[in-house]
Amino acid sequence: MIPTTNRSASTALTPEAIAESIAADETVASEPVALYALGLGDDALVLAHRLGEWITHAPELEEDVALGNIGLDLLGHARSLLTYAGSAWGTSEDDLAYFRGESEFRNRQLFEQPNGDFAHTIARQLFASVYFDGLYRALRRSTDPTLAAIAAKATKEVDYHLDHSVQWLLRLGLGTEESHRRMQRGLDAMWPFVGELFRAETGLPEGGVAHVPLDVTDGGTLGGVVVDLEPLRSAFDEIVPRLITDAGLTVPTVPFARGGGREGRHTEALGPMLAEMQVLARAHPGVTW
Amino acid sequence: MTSPGDSGTREIWPLWEVFLRPSRGLSHVHAGSLHAPDSTMAVRNARDLYTRRGEGVSIWVVPASAITASDPDAKGEFFESPEGKEYRHAVYYTASEAVPHL
Repeated sequence: MIPTTNRSASTALTPEAIAESIAADETVASEPVALYALGLGDDALVLAHRLGEWITHAPELEEDVALGNIGLDLLGHARSLLTYAGSAWGTSEDDLAYFRGESEFRNRQLFEQPNGDFAHTIARQLFASVYFDGLYRALRRSTDPTLAAIAAKATKEVDYHLDHSVQWLLRLGLGTEESHRRMQRGLDAMWPFVGELFRAETGLPEGGVAHVPLDVTDGGTLGGVVVDLEPLRSAFDEIVPRLITDAGLTVPTVPFARGGGREGRHTEALGPMLAEMQVLARAHPGVTW
Repeated sequence: MTSPGDSGTREIWPLWEVFLRPSRGLSHVHAGSLHAPDSTMAVRNARDLYTRRGEGVSIWVVPASAITASDPDAKGEFFESPEGKEYRHAVYYTASEAVPHL
């Protein structure tokens, strides 16, 4: 259990409180729970880094701050989730973030997609925020108390992230001819990675080949712990096309990509991003500043 | 008369002045300014820039161009006239003993 004394006044759970609870042998994730947390943590970490790349490049200073804020919220989710995942293997959040290779990252491929122009980023944010919003709302009811506490904090934050992307979707879609064209291009570019968001969570490869789906059935190792993705998919299908058409844009019809991020299969974009994200920690292991 | 902080045609997005109410019962106080394409986004940018540490419970944004300011060069005429006019302060009145909490 997480000691309540380590929480801030707002009772929001911090990565430091999780780490202390792990150090005191009070919190240990089982391997399947850890793999689940690792996947969610990687989603948040990779997208946080992408948003960080916008700093000094956004259309205005104010938008640098807006995207940076969203990125920092996501980094907070990643820190908590990776810290918790690491309790299964005796590794820290930094070990997991900086010392795993590309094929060991379990993020779904949407989150690693390059920023492109501002409209590409807004399209990626829109899909990501709808996904996170549904995910964390549902995860608050997880039977795993640590995951439920992480989700409770994240829910308030992703609600605002969704608002930010919807506001920009409307402005770009209904703005000028050029902003409309770019917003449509952004939606079309990110759409292939939507399908993977709702595919089953998988565990580690068995026999070195196939990744077995995690057992999420009632009474299974993860029954009641993880979020059922089917209602999330239905909610996404109901919300997103309406938002897109409200902005005067067309719901993309491009087919979904193969995916496989949870099994460590990634697009060519992730490697260079990780190289930049990890170079400092690898050149100076244990460095602090 | 120019508006404070207005950089004229160099601006891409208009300038907005931000007012925050720190808690219920207090007045909105000027917190700073920012750029935003419209008022809706100005409120959101203000949330990101000025309420990061729980500073406010309410945000107002006003287009900077809607504010008419006093002339900074007219300091003397505008603000030094009350000097020597202490009778404008309520210090010459004697408080009635029958009225508590004054």
